[in-house]
Amino acid sequence: MTDNLNINAKPRSKIKDVWDQFKSHKGALLGAIIFFSIVLLVMVGPFIWPFDANQIDIRSRNQGPSLLHPFGTDQLGRDTLARMMAGGRTSIAVGLAAMALSLFFGSFIGVTAGFYKRLDGVLMRFTDLFLSLPLLPLLLVMMLLFREPLSEAYGPERGMFVLIVVSIGITSWMPTARIVRADVLALKEREFVLAAKASGTSDTFIILRHIMPNVLSPIMVSATLGIANGIITESALSFLGLGFPPDFPTWGRLLNDAVDYLQQFPERVFWPGLAISLTVLSINYLGDGLRDALDPRMRKR
Amino acid sequence: MSTLLSVNNLNIEAHTRTGVVQVVKDLSFSIRKGETLGVVGESGCGKTVTALSIMKLLPKETLKISSGNIIFNNKAINNLSDRELENIRGNEISMIFQEPMTSLNPLFTVGEQVAEVVRRHKKVSKERAWNRAIELLDLVKITNPEKKALDYPFQLSGGQRQRVMIAVALACEPKILIADEPTTALDVTIQAEILALINRLKDETGTAVMFITHDMAVVAQMADRVIVLYPGEKVEEGTVHEIFNNPKHEYTKSLLAAVPKLGEMVRRKYPEPMRLIGKGDTRIVKPIIGTDEPILSVKKLVTRYSIRGGLFQRIKAKVHAVEDISFTIMKGKTLSLVGESGCGKSTVGRSLIRLVEPASGEVYLDGQNILDLTVKDVRDARSKIQMVFQDPFASLNPQRPLFDQVAEPLRNYGIFRLEELQKRIGDLFDRVKLPRSFMKRYPHQLSGGQRQRIAIARALALNPKVIIADEPVSALDVSVQAQVLNLMMELQVDLGLSFLFISHDMAVVERVSHDVGVMYLGRLVEIGPRQAIFRNPHHPYTKDLLKAVPIADPSKRNTEREMNFKPLPSPIHDLTHDPKPSEYKKVAKDHYVLTTDCGY
Repeated sequence: MTDNLNINAKPRSKIKDVWDQFKSHKGALLGAIIFFSIVLLVMVGPFIWPFDANQIDIRSRNQGPSLLHPFGTDQLGRDTLARMMAGGRTSIAVGLAAMALSLFFGSFIGVTAGFYKRLDGVLMRFTDLFLSLPLLPLLLVMMLLFREPLSEAYGPERGMFVLIVVSIGITSWMPTARIVRADVLALKEREFVLAAKASGTSDTFIILRHIMPNVLSPIMVSATLGIANGIITESALSFLGLGFPPDFPTWGRLLNDAVDYLQQFPERVFWPGLAISLTVLSINYLGDGLRDALDPRMRKR
Repeated sequence: MSTLLSVNNLNIEAHTRTGVVQVVKDLSFSIRKGETLGVVGESGCGKTVTALSIMKLLPKETLKISSGNIIFNNKAINNLSDRELENIRGNEISMIFQEPMTSLNPLFTVGEQVAEVVRRHKKVSKERAWNRAIELLDLVKITNPEKKALDYPFQLSGGQRQRVMIAVALACEPKILIADEPTTALDVTIQAEILALINRLKDETGTAVMFITHDMAVVAQMADRVIVLYPGEKVEEGTVHEIFNNPKHEYTKSLLAAVPKLGEMVRRKYPEPMRLIGKGDTRIVKPIIGTDEPILSVKKLVTRYSIRGGLFQRIKAKVHAVEDISFTIMKGKTLSLVGESGCGKSTVGRSLIRLVEPASGEVYLDGQNILDLTVKDVRDARSKIQMVFQDPFASLNPQRPLFDQVAEPLRNYGIFRLEELQKRIGDLFDRVKLPRSFMKRYPHQLSGGQRQRIAIARALALNPKVIIADEPVSALDVSVQAQVLNLMMELQVDLGLSFLFISHDMAVVERVSHDVGVMYLGRLVEIGPRQAIFRNPHHPYTKDLLKAVPIADPSKRNTEREMNFKPLPSPIHDLTHDPKPSEYKKVAKDHYVLTTDCGY
């Protein structure tokens, strides 16, 4: 710390500061560009691309990459690129929604347990309980129990979407809760929280103004891992044949279908695998940069 | 005497994200056999970096020696490989660090850690190394060394750990001992013991000592010669008497002016701000008189912390943090609570505004008992009594701009209009002498002293009557400390504030207070007017405490003789323990001494 700081420096807007810091992290910038390109591609792509994801053309099945089908076709002659784009929509949507849900549960339980000592024991035992449940059997039971009623209520695809997001959400919040709780426990003893209390700040505002902004960084890390986890769990469920209906493409489903043809057409595993890895990796970098950018200490003077 | 180590034209660069910074500039000095060289300077002046560069322990990626050489025993050592240096490190030059809690490995017994160094350098058998370790532990005055050698670091107190660190450093009879702030993290009585120990060992073994510290008082007690560093450069060098009695450089002069010296207020009845040199400080220094009208009175305050355990988290024992304490603070005056760490002084401050819940007692503020109030009413009472905390780096939220931090108390009590907030916060920034342009900044952009000013502004926002200042200056450099103390005293005069000043630093306490209370193990052992306590202490603990304080004057050395203070007993008692009430004997007007047994 030095005393000779520039006193006359012009105050700048916070959003500009955050953006400036974010820009200076090259990896994060690249991650953001790649992630948003993938999102744009899967959102807009299906409207432009002439083939439909479920359009069967048995005569041109099992083709390699060509100008007409850049990623080739599958065993029923469906265009792989079209299926990749359609599948990406679902996979990314599932990943984001499941992440949001698990972050919400995780942060809420973590902050509550860390801040209110009385609730700590109960909430952490509850977390331990969830951690000790065998996840896959639990997910299977949930799928079997709720698939029918939800399909009836929202239609087969949307019902399945809600079911998958909720099941991933409520089975993956525990690590977030633990990390957040640990950070809150440490923060709670910091003097600025005591100072806020001493100057009459209510608990709600202490949590909102002082605790939450300071636990943002572990939450951010959980978020990036959470999206990855969401996409991968959905793939696993699809792989087990318990996710979306068989004709409904997702990256996990594509991966699953491709495994049967691994010997003859290894590139079919490659494309969805690459898409999943690229998305997860770019989100990790994006989250890393965002975390730094939101911390005023990391910003340049 | 011959020169043992000389550092010539040393330049060290720090490579940071924002560019290259010169942290040590053209530094030359030497250490002779058997002398103590004091290296003083404030934080960031490059004193630790210099010490680490001698041992070649600088982090390689960020700090580099760009030019200069280091000659030890007529041999340049700055270009030696790590392997060659291993025979010098710990063997001929050894080092003691600041934090005794972290510089020992928690997984090995202290005997093993001392013996390891002996074995590494002397190539002797395990058994002989162990015997040597016990000898060394005995040398550093660890009682019952055979038994203590089998203890793990967590079983020892801070002072004992620092003794073990010294034993490790002395294991191979080094020619130079580099001590980097070895007593900064310790209590004043333990500091006195460690300083006396280093002095005795130096005399007995003839080891030269390079003593690095920010504390002018400690330098005055320890050093034969002194060099003063000011951002990376040596500004002055001389014998300790030259530096203290006849400083030449402006920086040394202002540094010495800023150090409160124990005993310099003996003749003055009222506290007064310090005369600082430089920065156009020409204010007329006036004593702060205050009034005799009580504002806050505390009666029989008791605070205990519960220790829970077992399957159902039942209360198993209690920490008796504050034990039957009574005192009164007058309007416009300062009452200081002094004591060593763990004596309960901070708990008193926190109990008063119920940041921790006291077990019993009464706290009257303006005739209203705070401890009787409901949780909602406590919030209102807190607007009259505010706190300033010790660590300005921890007491501000790193994520919020300063305007919001100072505005928070106002918003809590219903002031939301932006123009009014801006006006009041602008006034507060003027009061604590910070430019208004700082409002949009974040805490990390400020220095420690500036942050503490923000913390004071925040405490002042609600126009409180009493401010509890919990070690407000102990994390600051001396020159900044003096400015913050002066600011607090000025505010006291201007606003008629009363302070409860909690501190471990007797010299600072002597400077700021009207009345002083000395705490030991949760009890107030002596309370009275400042002059009476400092000039005529009655309780044995107060006497020992005053004896242990280093004085920033090389002609008043008290580290010549060995000291041994009583270790602090544990404040943890089981549930059946029922302590006696505190009873006092009046020795003079307003001067009371505890007669109940407090464990000292």
